[in-house]
Amino acid sequence: MEYVNPLTGFRVDGRRPNEMRQLKGEVGVVARADGSAMFEMGNTRVIAAVYGPREVQIKGQQVSSEEALVRCEYRMADFSTGDRRRKPKGDRRSTEISLVIRQTMEASILTHLMPRSQIDIFVQVLQADGGTRAACINAATLALADAGIPMRDIVTSCSAGYLCSTPLLDLNYIEDSAGGPDVTVGILAKMDKVTLLQMDAKLPMDTFETVMELAIEGCKAIAKYIREVLLENTKRLECQRCLRPDFVSGHFLQQTYMYRAIFVEIKAYKAAFGSED
Amino acid sequence: MLQSKTFVKKTKAGRVQKVVREHYLRDDISCGAASCSTCGAVEHPLSADAAAILVVDTNVVLHQIDLLENPVIDDVVLLSVVLDEVKNKNLAVFNRIKALCSNKARRFFVFTNEHHRDTYVKEMVGESPNDRNDRAIRVATRWYQSHLGENVKVLLITNDRDNKRKAIEEGINAETVESYVRSLAQPGLLDLVVISTSGDVTMEDVEDLRPSKKKVIYSEHKPMSEITAGLRCRIYHQGKLRVNRYNPFEAYVGSESIGDEIVIHGRSNMNRAFDGDIVAVELLPQDQWHESKSFIADDDEDQEEDVHLAPNSADDAPRKANPAQSTVSSSADSVSSRPVGRVVGIIKRNWNSYCGSLEPMPMPAGSGGVAHALFVSKDRRIPKIRIQTRQLGNLLDKRIIVAVDSWDVLSRYPSGHYVRTIGDIGDKDTETEVVLIENDINTRPFSTQVLACLPPLPWTLSPEDLANPNRQDLRHVRVFSVDPPGCRDIDDALHCTPLPNGNFEVGVHIADVTNFVHPSTPLDEEASQRGTSVYLVGQRIDMLPKPLTEDVCSLRADVERLAFSVIWEMTPHADIISTRYTKSVIKSCAAMSYVEAQARMDDSRLVDPLTVDLRNLNSLAKIMRHRRCERGALTLASAEVKFEIDSETHDPLDIGIYQIREANQMIEEFMLAANISVAEKILKHFPLCSLLRRHPSPTKEMLEPLLRTASSVGLNLDVSSSKALAESLDNAKNDDPYFNKLIRILATRCMTQAVYFCSGDLTFSEYYHYGLAASLYTHFTSPIRRYADVIVHRLLAAALDIAKLPPLFQDGPQLTGVADNLNYRHRNAQMASRASVELHTLIYFRTRPMDTEARIVKIKANGFIVFVPKFGIEGPIYLTPKGDKGGDWVVDEVHQTVTKPGTNVSYAVLQTVMIHMEVVEPQPHRPKLQLTLI
Repeated sequence: MEYVNPLTGFRVDGRRPNEMRQLKGEVGVVARADGSAMFEMGNTRVIAAVYGPREVQIKGQQVSSEEALVRCEYRMADFSTGDRRRKPKGDRRSTEISLVIRQTMEASILTHLMPRSQIDIFVQVLQADGGTRAACINAATLALADAGIPMRDIVTSCSAGYLCSTPLLDLNYIEDSAGGPDVTVGILAKMDKVTLLQMDAKLPMDTFETVMELAIEGCKAIAKYIREVLLENTKRLECQRCLRPDFVSGHFLQQTYMYRAIFVEIKAYKAAFGSED
Repeated sequence: MLQSKTFVKKTKAGRVQKVVREHYLRDDISCGAASCSTCGAVEHPLSADAAAILVVDTNVVLHQIDLLENPVIDDVVLLSVVLDEVKNKNLAVFNRIKALCSNKARRFFVFTNEHHRDTYVKEMVGESPNDRNDRAIRVATRWYQSHLGENVKVLLITNDRDNKRKAIEEGINAETVESYVRSLAQPGLLDLVVISTSGDVTMEDVEDLRPSKKKVIYSEHKPMSEITAGLRCRIYHQGKLRVNRYNPFEAYVGSESIGDEIVIHGRSNMNRAFDGDIVAVELLPQDQWHESKSFIADDDEDQEEDVHLAPNSADDAPRKANPAQSTVSSSADSVSSRPVGRVVGIIKRNWNSYCGSLEPMPMPAGSGGVAHALFVSKDRRIPKIRIQTRQLGNLLDKRIIVAVDSWDVLSRYPSGHYVRTIGDIGDKDTETEVVLIENDINTRPFSTQVLACLPPLPWTLSPEDLANPNRQDLRHVRVFSVDPPGCRDIDDALHCTPLPNGNFEVGVHIADVTNFVHPSTPLDEEASQRGTSVYLVGQRIDMLPKPLTEDVCSLRADVERLAFSVIWEMTPHADIISTRYTKSVIKSCAAMSYVEAQARMDDSRLVDPLTVDLRNLNSLAKIMRHRRCERGALTLASAEVKFEIDSETHDPLDIGIYQIREANQMIEEFMLAANISVAEKILKHFPLCSLLRRHPSPTKEMLEPLLRTASSVGLNLDVSSSKALAESLDNAKNDDPYFNKLIRILATRCMTQAVYFCSGDLTFSEYYHYGLAASLYTHFTSPIRRYADVIVHRLLAAALDIAKLPPLFQDGPQLTGVADNLNYRHRNAQMASRASVELHTLIYFRTRPMDTEARIVKIKANGFIVFVPKFGIEGPIYLTPKGDKGGDWVVDEVHQTVTKPGTNVSYAVLQTVMIHMEVVEPQPHRPKLQLTLI
């Protein structure tokens, strides 16, 4: 199959080889979590929620008293792929990706600032269309930032592949299942350090380098976008906390939030005391 | 820049599934016109001063591809929606249009309308995909017109009546192919236009082809749904139709579902299927399985037959013989066990263009008008094709190419259109070109891009080459080459040095082609496409440009050349102690011919070092050969002929069988050894991506004709293994000196073809080379004339860490594709050289009718096929006059004899007969070699 049209140079979905899918990031999608985010790369949609830093819940899991314990759980929603196959929780693939995400995020979190505490990252794939691993890491970064957890730098991740003798950025599902190499790279954007590099295929050294270069370029572009999302979010928070003078609409927002909070409390009260309504 | 739009698609992979894919719409796609200032420039723009920019619709591409290939048609915009549709409907046409689009000499621009913001069209409710695509074409055309402004005329070319009407309603310039071609005012061009069929615009001036006989000749094909259902419940059987080369009215369909071949008699049962079509066949009731006598050529329309030199009988004759068949005269109970069927539908067409000539016909009154003519293909398996032409007078005595377009139930013959003229019939160059075209051999001169890849000429050894640590200097070694006389492209040389310990150092040095042909250069791509050099009688079509083949790479005498060497240490008993591989520099001291080398070895007075080397090599080769035969390698034989060509007229002067000497076998032995050594090395390093060569064992059915022939002369062949076969072939001797050779020739014909393959595609046990009895084999020794060897050289260099492995090898499917192409090219090259021999035989015998001795190789109902050992010719001999179905003669299949009852005249297989050979021309322009019994 032709994944890159030799006559026009376009990919199956109309992108050029070095183009990413459309990105979308949104912070604060899970109200109860300390930090949460939704991240989309094309049709791949991932939600991340962060709890912590909080007290270590199972004491046995605490490895050192100097550093915070980072835990990660990756799951794919049963409805995330086209065919609704029920996957048991904790299958090999999920365990592996959980581990990958945890290690990648751990490299960025300043764990020594939060000794004897625990940070939980939950990542859930809502819609899978290739590149879930990368999307999960990006979502986790946003959620960690939202939770206000101190980090060295923004971690971003992007995949790249090599099909039809062309390096391709950000593979979608069709390209991913073509059987070619799939290089997932995670970087600390500003520090320019690689925290994740995965590939399960054979690729000649020089080709690999160009593919990896491309993935790193992709990571940098994502970092730029994530920074914009966070900046936007900060501005919003600023408005909400009346720190900015031009906040007429912000005032209204804050009130709505308050009402909602009261409403939630009433609901909780009713649930606790078994009220009729 | 990116806009996302998703669309929903249902696919059927066992069950219905909803597939969601992203579809990005862009605003940065160039229109490709040179006159456009807003779009980004493209590499090969549509010309600014074109009379009109043409937008073609899918059916135009599908049916009028020959017209589009004509250089008159230019400045064409191909929409991606059109290309996709073409790809789904006909891959062959798609490949041709793709070649056109990437041809830099033509201005064909691919516009990705499906991803352009302004030309993307969403399917409307209730709209069929076809209508949607037509709308997309119109929208894109309109966009082009408004985008380029009124100065440029954008013209939609469509033969679809509905589409054209809607286009004009929407204010788009639209024309049919014919009216457009008419407006170009080039009468010859109109012949290329395929006359449209029912659903399209009817052209006023297309008169009905055969108004008088509107008779249904063939039965309708069953609709596809019915065929699929029928196949599933095994009413119909699917298979590839193969037409008998000797008798175009008989065909076979190998069906997997019943595990046998279905015979199809007559054109009406074949129901418009061509050779190579995938068809659905329905079995006839058993009482209609009347036994067909295996005739040689019984055309009832046109009495004609061709001489086929050494056809590979494996695919001519039915694979399975009928053991139950006794005598044909016992008519009552002659119900055959072979199923007979008829074609009910065609699953996949194998329509091509064909070389041939027009059937002679008188010029119609009022010349200049449209004339209908019948085209007769050179390939007898193809029926006559009806064409329309406006240049009948020019075409009658020419070889032309014609493409098939359609075949409806009302017409006896398919209709097609003229593509191009090759040249005068009977002219040697024309006929040679026909041979080349029929075998899809590229004879175009190398392009400037390809020639730019050559090293600067004249090439000499540079100090860098010598300084290269990977390249060993072997110039002091006494290296020599032995080749056929007159060989210019010497790709192998040898040396043999006695070592102090009594062993020999034997080296095989192969021209280092990969030092000059680098991966993914135009030169490499061209060579990869050509795959092999083609050797015709008195002509060679090179795989690589001449400077490389004859000079820079050729290991000529007394010049320093780069080589890739395999060097063994061998004991005097030809046991290999060590093998090493290295790139090297050599200086050959002698380029001998086989005759010279043989003469040196035979002349006992000569004791010069070179002769001693030759003798040493020869004794080693003899041991190796003996050992190989012990392992079970087959010594097969073929009747290769050699022509002596007049240096001025290039006509053949003499013809004879190519003689094989000991020196040939000596060289062959070392080449085999080098190939095997290299195969082991590359497979060890690259178990998944090595290019190897295998020779599948012949099946029992394939050996059946050989066994039958052998048993009829009282010979028992053991075919259980290659070793057993080799031994029984060795024992196949009687007082007739030629008998053994003949049996070997027959055995060779039963073999399958050896093929290239990628080691990752098969398991180790399948790598076996039957003929050589080698578990591994590849081609390493002729990189100048075979691309497979170039690939193997690269693999070996990578295995030795001299060079990096090119990216091709990372891509399994691509490598398999390359191997398939090599097999295809190799087979075609063989067919072409065979056809060239056939052609020259005909020219030779045109002026020299003669009587000679021949051997019967196959018995048929109305005659037999003879083989002429002296000239390597095979042809039919008729015992009965034409048209008579051989009633007087009785065939005994078991003993392979044909007898005339009541007399004692009888002919048996392998019998010697005297024949007369003469070129006759029963029909104009179709000379043939006729063999008659005397």
